[in-house]
Amino acid sequence: MSIDTTQEEFAILQSRSHLDRLEAEAITIIREVVSGCESPVLLFSGGKDSAVLLWLAIKAFSPARLPFPVMHVDTGHNFPEVIEYRDEFVRKYNIELVVASVQESIDRGDIPDPGPTGSRNRQQAVTLLSAIRSNKFDAAFGGGRRDEDKARAKERILSFRDKKGGWEPRAQRPEPWNILNPRIVKGEHLRAFPISNWTELDIWEYIAREDIPLPSIYFSHERVVIERDGMLLSVGGPVVAEDDETPRKEVVRYRTVGDMSCTGAIRSEASSYDDVLAEVKTARITERGATRADDNFSESAMEDRKREGYF
Amino acid sequence: MSATATEQNTQVRIATIGSVDDGKSTLIGRLLHDSKGIFEDQLSAVSKASRRYGDGSFNLALLTDGLRAEREQGITIDVAYRYFATPKRSFVLADTPGHAQFTRNMVTGASVSDIAIVLVDARHGVVEQTRRHVSIAALLGVSHLILAVNKMDLVEWSESAFDEVVTDVAEILTTLESSVPLHAIPICATDGQNVVEKSVEASWYQGPSVLDLLETLDVAPVPTVGARLAVQWTLREHGGSDYRGYAGRLEGGVLRVGDAVTVHPKGNTSVVTGLTRAGSPTEIAVPGDAIAIELADDLDVGKFDVIVASAAVQPLDATNIVADVCWLVDTELKVGDSLIVRHPSGEAHGKVARILHRLDLDTLKNSSTDTLVLNDIARVAIQLKTPLVVDAYNSNRVGGSAIAIDPVTNATIGALMVVGQEDDRSLTPTKKASSTTTSPKKGVRGFVKDFFTLKVNEEF
Repeated sequence: MSIDTTQEEFAILQSRSHLDRLEAEAITIIREVVSGCESPVLLFSGGKDSAVLLWLAIKAFSPARLPFPVMHVDTGHNFPEVIEYRDEFVRKYNIELVVASVQESIDRGDIPDPGPTGSRNRQQAVTLLSAIRSNKFDAAFGGGRRDEDKARAKERILSFRDKKGGWEPRAQRPEPWNILNPRIVKGEHLRAFPISNWTELDIWEYIAREDIPLPSIYFSHERVVIERDGMLLSVGGPVVAEDDETPRKEVVRYRTVGDMSCTGAIRSEASSYDDVLAEVKTARITERGATRADDNFSESAMEDRKREGYF
Repeated sequence: MSATATEQNTQVRIATIGSVDDGKSTLIGRLLHDSKGIFEDQLSAVSKASRRYGDGSFNLALLTDGLRAEREQGITIDVAYRYFATPKRSFVLADTPGHAQFTRNMVTGASVSDIAIVLVDARHGVVEQTRRHVSIAALLGVSHLILAVNKMDLVEWSESAFDEVVTDVAEILTTLESSVPLHAIPICATDGQNVVEKSVEASWYQGPSVLDLLETLDVAPVPTVGARLAVQWTLREHGGSDYRGYAGRLEGGVLRVGDAVTVHPKGNTSVVTGLTRAGSPTEIAVPGDAIAIELADDLDVGKFDVIVASAAVQPLDATNIVADVCWLVDTELKVGDSLIVRHPSGEAHGKVARILHRLDLDTLKNSSTDTLVLNDIARVAIQLKTPLVVDAYNSNRVGGSAIAIDPVTNATIGALMVVGQEDDRSLTPTKKASSTTTSPKKGVRGFVKDFFTLKVNEEF
């Protein structure tokens, strides 16, 4: 180290934690994308990752107002608690909200109707791409993390999408020193993943440190569920109990938030940040493995969906 | 100085490098597995994939080879990032491809790493790809290089086989005049000896395991050239407030409220009246912090301007830069070619004025050439239409790095490390600091001193 560094400065340098490093990295990426793109948008599902992302974006521009809108791709199969939370969050921080509706894509005939109980998770890509086009967004921030899935582990921070919205894993732009290349031509767009390097545990430690509000379903509560394909699905909306399935009350919470039809709850008594942190630290199954039916279809499920324009 | 550090969980970034089949993905799988960084459903997915793609035995490499094509071909194509933590540190690990064809992805993975682990197969020793990767890691300025001599079981844990590899790698660093510290360990990634637990078979090796080193090597960023910040965005509060904050990431040194600053390239001066770090007011910021700076004077400052502590070593306002380049694409680069240089201080159009030399990876000597091809490492002079505010890479990694972009396709085509500017005969920053508070040290923190023999100015 430089001999001219004072004891005080050295102490401050040493005190920056892994969360500080991740936070600074994410804020730098968010600012860089806003600076390099004409019309960015932040994809906000109401889930914990997008809550952290939005929190970081607010901090990146504070005390100025967030210089871009947020967009929710609404599958129509939402947990009511999440919609309530979404609306409260954007109202409190005076953020512009765009809602892109999967139901409207179905009504327009852009995507086949999967039926009242079918999963709309994969169909979201069509709605997302059409909303990006119609709103002329050139960059979309997402809360994707590389530790979520092996295809995500290969994704760049700035992910280039061709005119069809597709992802080509073999033609990704190198990002030495995290220097991002935001140059695109009309019709192409970028996905930006500022929290690429965060793990589920980092997310929860940061949420607890910053006291970031979350939808209530992330914490322990009673819910009527059925067990299907090893998952606890909340009965209601798109989930209807079959003849051989018995709805019953369980004490559960959600580890991820997505389409009701394919997002499973876990049995849990964790009712506070600290409880959840303790639970995450001892978890032996990944969050997607535990709670997402759609990723367990095949070992390349995520890669295939990303090629089609998924988050 | 005695450390007054608090017990913080610091984050360390690692890249695994080396030739194909030397066992990089297996080593990572072992690190994740033995540090309990793998979840049960991931393990069962690996078992399933092992039956499909392998000889049936449990293949740890399938943990990181996440793309379908990678599993089918049994190779790593793209960087995979993996995360694990021990009670001492948390780690971000970039598993980079060994094939020469995918070197660009290795550059990406290693450029942001604190530590590079180079894998060498004890049976085959140092091969061209090892030389290439060690050279690039040294050039990129990792803080530490761990040499993991792998597959020691297949050479019956022979000490002389190990020594031979260590000598060869040390010689590469010596030839390159690199000062990066080298730590050599004999390992067997498949059964984990000297990865997390100590080896039972290498009685002649008493040193640390790979994980021991990862947990203890010093990687903290330290002040080098003095504080500088490339402005990314100007923050303005609406509704009557006259707040104006220049947002960016601080590099190179400590900045305090009250510090005098100079704005490059215009040269205006002012004083810091306020700082925020991640949105909250602070009196002091350190390298790596994402901050916003308020200034006393209403200056014309905007995106791409660089605010520099007046007491710091001043960066170069350069239109003729000399840089080392890793060429990342199939398209050849020739003198006269146009490109865009993207750097924190701006995006400048330019053309290649000269190719000074390329590094011959067989001899590690410089040779002359008219064109660069995929994976070449070379020194070039680039003439820019507008100035960029740069540092020499060996004094400030962020201010000295840039990418080259193809102006027609928008593809990222090169990774650039600034050496200096062409009309600067000393190739050191132009103005010396007026104060000694942040004077730079050569070779600080194991940065590569000067990758090539620094005599390019004689050729101008």
